[in-house]
Parts: sequence; structure tokens; C-alpha cells
Amino acid sequence: MESKTVQTRHAPIRYLEGGSGEPLVFLHGAGGMTPDDPLLKELTSRFHVYAPFIPGYGETEECGTLRDMLDFALHGWDVVEALGLKNPILVGHSMGGMIAAEMAALAPNDVSRLALICPAGLWLDDHPIVDMFSLLPFEMPGYLFHDPAAGAAMMTAGMNFDDPKFLQDYLIRNARQLGMAGKLLFPIPERGLAERLYRVKAKTVIVWGESDKLIPPIYGPAFQAAIAGSSLVNVPEAGHMIIAEQPAAVLKAVEAVA
Amino acid sequence: MKFTWFNLMPWPYLPDDFREKHHSVWVDIDQKLFDPVKSHEVYNTYMDLLEYAGTLGFDGIGVNEHHQNGYGIMPSPNIIAAGLARRTKDAAIVVLGNSIALYNPPIRVAEEFAMLDCISGGRLVAGFPVGTSMDTNFCYGQIPALTREKYAEAHEMIIKAWTTREPFAFNGRYNKLRHVNIWPRPIQQPHPPIHIPGGGSVETYDFCIDNTYSYSYLSFTGYIRAQALMNGYWKRVEERGAPDKSPYRAGFAQTICVAETDEEAERLYWPHLNYFYNRCLHVYPGFADAPGYRTIKTIQTGALSQYAPPRGGFAELTWKDLIEGGHVIAGSPETVRQRMEDLIKGLHVGNIFCLMHVGNMPTDKCMYSTKLFADKVMPKLRNMFPEWAEDSRFWCHPIENRVTAGSLGPAVTTAPGAAPRQPVPAE
Repeated sequence: MESKTVQTRHAPIRYLEGGSGEPLVFLHGAGGMTPDDPLLKELTSRFHVYAPFIPGYGETEECGTLRDMLDFALHGWDVVEALGLKNPILVGHSMGGMIAAEMAALAPNDVSRLALICPAGLWLDDHPIVDMFSLLPFEMPGYLFHDPAAGAAMMTAGMNFDDPKFLQDYLIRNARQLGMAGKLLFPIPERGLAERLYRVKAKTVIVWGESDKLIPPIYGPAFQAAIAGSSLVNVPEAGHMIIAEQPAAVLKAVEAVA
Repeated sequence: MKFTWFNLMPWPYLPDDFREKHHSVWVDIDQKLFDPVKSHEVYNTYMDLLEYAGTLGFDGIGVNEHHQNGYGIMPSPNIIAAGLARRTKDAAIVVLGNSIALYNPPIRVAEEFAMLDCISGGRLVAGFPVGTSMDTNFCYGQIPALTREKYAEAHEMIIKAWTTREPFAFNGRYNKLRHVNIWPRPIQQPHPPIHIPGGGSVETYDFCIDNTYSYSYLSFTGYIRAQALMNGYWKRVEERGAPDKSPYRAGFAQTICVAETDEEAERLYWPHLNYFYNRCLHVYPGFADAPGYRTIKTIQTGALSQYAPPRGGFAELTWKDLIEGGHVIAGSPETVRQRMEDLIKGLHVGNIFCLMHVGNMPTDKCMYSTKLFADKVMPKLRNMFPEWAEDSRFWCHPIENRVTAGSLGPAVTTAPGAAPRQPVPAE
């Protein structure tokens, strides 16, 4: 995929672009995104994919004037506008799913196809979501992957925590990324979306990994109940990082609403 | 020099296997380990010790704010300070401090500090910490990346509330108040002196320098490890063009234990130092530093949370480690004096926060150590910075005629002001 920049009011936004077909905007989760992500590869086989880096991620600078949910959702629409797109297929994973859902609730007439991949944004008192901000790096794979050992190998490839320079870069990246993510997800990843989802008019698919231990699969039916006419696809042998573990199944679900 | 006797108020009953069996001393500490009935004695003893220090010539007695914390059972330092203000006469009441981003609205701090200043007769030294990530983010739910902006707004509001003599509207991002008009206001004008506890954030250095606030480094790891950080602060004072390098622009917290001899110090205090350093500081590293709490600029300077696990993992600290590493200054009065001099000169600090109650130290040992320090060490350290003796910008200015608390006199049983009863002729 090509790496490009588009200007918005808040910051110059880096984005990845590739593939051909109908335009599709993909919003990544709190863990960030790289050009090698398996799901991007799948999506570009069928769609013209635009994947912007949320401020604080990749080469997009963090942005002090994006503070709350409304800021992020409007910024999402600013990016769509800056890319010159009308009614793209909107796909979001985890935090990106929360933003995509919010964008669709905010401007229901501007998005007719929506795919939410284990999105954040709801909170069920009986099923509290783990505090991801207090997890240590070595604890992450257990929450993120169906196969934590394989996931850990994927996450730590090329990492050397004994190298002080690497450690400092890692801490800075973490602070930039999760510092911005915290504005939507800390201390509880809920900002009132439940009261706005009724506005969504898009044909919507919700996709969940059956082994998701970060946001448990029980949240799937909660989203489905809140968005009229939506469908729910549960994918076996996939955790929260379903986008890495079962990208083909995600593509199939997206194709069903496209 | 200004010496403040400080009590973190640790819970003294953490079990021996605390580190092995429990997740963290802070944030999600086991509820079952707190015994409210036992705390009755703990709180009152700790307050007695603070009051005792106030009678021995310490310049101040100090309290601070922590939440859900096994080594600091003081979520509201103002409650303790109110008690101390009543029961002490001369010592400064050093509240170090209130995490002002956590109060809603923050004029609550302006009001409570004003009350403390009025009750104590102008003895308040006010502290405004950003608050640790454990307290501010993980216990009190503040969004890490917005904490500093919220803190800055709270600070602006409090200072304006203290210094404006008519009602005003405050239209902040986090606080919107149409009628700010605190009543009471502090005795000290334009406001009580302000100390800012910090942990190496460059933004905090600048904030102190620009506002003439004292920068307090409250670490438990002692003066030797603090050298690099304090050098950074003093370098910044110079770069920023501050008019002077008065040592009172800085404060430092140091664990101190005094006995007749070095050997006696080890025998008396090691169990309690062991309790504090090897048990109370068992903070789950995931709570040390919520991403976004520390600014990028600060991380780039290499400043990490003092609660972050040491590289290579945690190892039990021995008496030798604590003494040689400077975590603790302990020994005979002469040993302590020498090392305190090294500290004061090395870090160039005029405000010393003496951590003299350590871990589960019993009252008698604490009184013994405190008295020795007050009688045999403190007097010899008084004149470390004669050229700055007149610098009163960073300390409180009490009024002269202060009342004595609890001096109502005998019960009044006849209606005051009524004419005395005329004797009946027959009497």
C-alpha cells in the first residue's frame, strides 16, 4: 500500500491507500496499524482501501485539540471529506469501530454500509472490560489473541527491551498512541454511544472473534440489538486481533454488506 | 533551612507475604487488609506524632494525598491538617498537597486551604501536585492525556479565586462557574506559599520557575539518586532566566532515622525500613504510568516513574543497599548530620521533608529518632545558606496574635450580659 498525507483542520493525516474497487475507509484500533497488516491485504483484494492513521499513530502527530468523542467523530468525517470520498464503506476495528459507529450515528445519511469489528463503545456492568491501560506488554497477548503464543511472537518480532534506545522509542510510541486512545477509552471505554446507535441507518455487520478476551463476544449481541437490522458474525479461533488471526473471515463479512 | 516532619501514614499491618500474595499496594489493594477499628488507633497515633514534632522545633509538619494506597491512608490531607491546625501553635501546616485536577470544582481547594489558613492563623504552606498516575488516573479516573490541561485550568481558577476581590465568571474547558466568590479567603496575601511536588517533568520545572513556586522532589530513593534530577532543575532555573537560585526554590523528601550510634540505628530501624522499602512499595508496574500521563518531552529526557520496576526486575533491598544508595540516611547524630549536609549542599535544597515515621515503626522508636534529630542534628544544619536567610518567599507568614485552641474558660451558667441579680434583703 502507498503511504500518503492529506491535510485536515487538526493535523496532516498520514494514510495508507491501495487496492481497487469501491472506496472503503478502515479505522484501526488502539494498538495501531502497519502496512503489513493481514486485514489490509485482504481488503485491498476487493476494495479501494483508505486507512488513515488516527492522530498519535504512525506518522500522524498527536493532536491536543482532539479531546472527546465528538471531536474524534467529526475529525473522522473531516478525513473522509479531505479524501474526497462520498459514502465510502466504513470499517472499524475496536477503537476504530467505536469511532466508525459514532460517525454513522452522527451522520446517518452519509454512510450506508458499516462493518464494526469487535468495536469498543458499549459497557455492560455484568461483563466489565479489562483495564487495558494497566496491562503490561507481556500480558497483552493473552487478552488479544486466540493463540497467545503465536500472537506474542507476532507482537514482539524485532523488539529488544534490553536496548535502552528501543525501550525509550517504545515508551514514546506507547505514550503517543495510547495517550490519544485514552481520550476515548480511559478509564472505561464508553462515551454514550448506546444512546446514539438508534440513529444508524447503514446496513451494518458486526464481527466478533469467539475467543475475544479484551471485549468479550457478549458485546456482539448488545451492538446488534442497538442497531436496527444489523447482522452479527461470530468467528471461531479468533481473539480480539481477529484482523490478524482470521482476516479472510472478516473480509467475507464486509463483502456481505458492501 | 526549613525542616518539615512528614508522615506518609502507612498501614502498619500488611502481612509478611504481601509481596508474594498480593497484586499491588496501590489502586486495587485488598480491602480485607484494612481494619477500620485498628485504624482508629493508627490515625490518632500518627496525628499525635505530627503534633509531637510540632513541639520539637521543626518548622513544619507535613501531610499529603494518596488514594487506595496501603502506605498512605490519607485520601484527604485537609482533614488531618485541620486537626493539626487546632492542636499545634507554631509549626507550619504543610499540605503537600491537594491534587487540584481531582476536585470538582477546584475552588473547593481554594476554599479548604483558605479555611486551613484562617484556622491556623496563616500557617499554611500549600502544595499542588499533579498527582501520581495511580491516584489521578487509575483511582480517580482522569484521562491521562488531559490531566495536565485540567490541572493548569484548576491552578488558574484557584489563584484567581484567591486574589480577586469581587465575584467573577470562570469559563474554563473543564469548569464553568458563573459566580466565583470564595468566602472565606486566606489570611496570607496574595496567597499562601505554594510548593509543587514533581517527579522530573520539565513542564513542572518551568511552572515553578515562572510562578515563584518551590519545586519539591518527593522520592523515596534518596538524595544520591536525586542528583541528576535536581541538577536538571537547577540548570533549568538558570536557562529560564530566574532572578536567583535561592535554595528555597527547591525541596526534597528524605527518609531519616537517628539513634545514638550507627549500630543502634540498624538494630532499631531496619525492620521498619525493610517493611517500607520491601513491602509497602509493591506497586503493580501496570499502574505506574498510564500512557499519556507523562508528556512525550518528559519521556524523551529519560524520566520514568519512580514506581516503574527497576531494569532487571525488583530485588530485595538490604540495610547496606539502603544506606549506601542513600535511600535512607540513618545512624548516629554525627553520621546523619554529615550525610544531611551532603544532601543539602549537593542538591542545593532549602526545604527538607523529613520522612521520620517509616513503615510499621512503633511510636516509641519514632519519638526517639525524631527527638534526636531535633536536638542533635537539626540545630547544626540551621545555617547552611546564610546568604538566603531572609528569603521568605517560599514559607508561610503567620499573624502575630494567634489564639490558643480550646481556651473557652469555665462553663457559663448565667445569661451573659444580664444585670447581676440584686441580693434579696433577707440574704
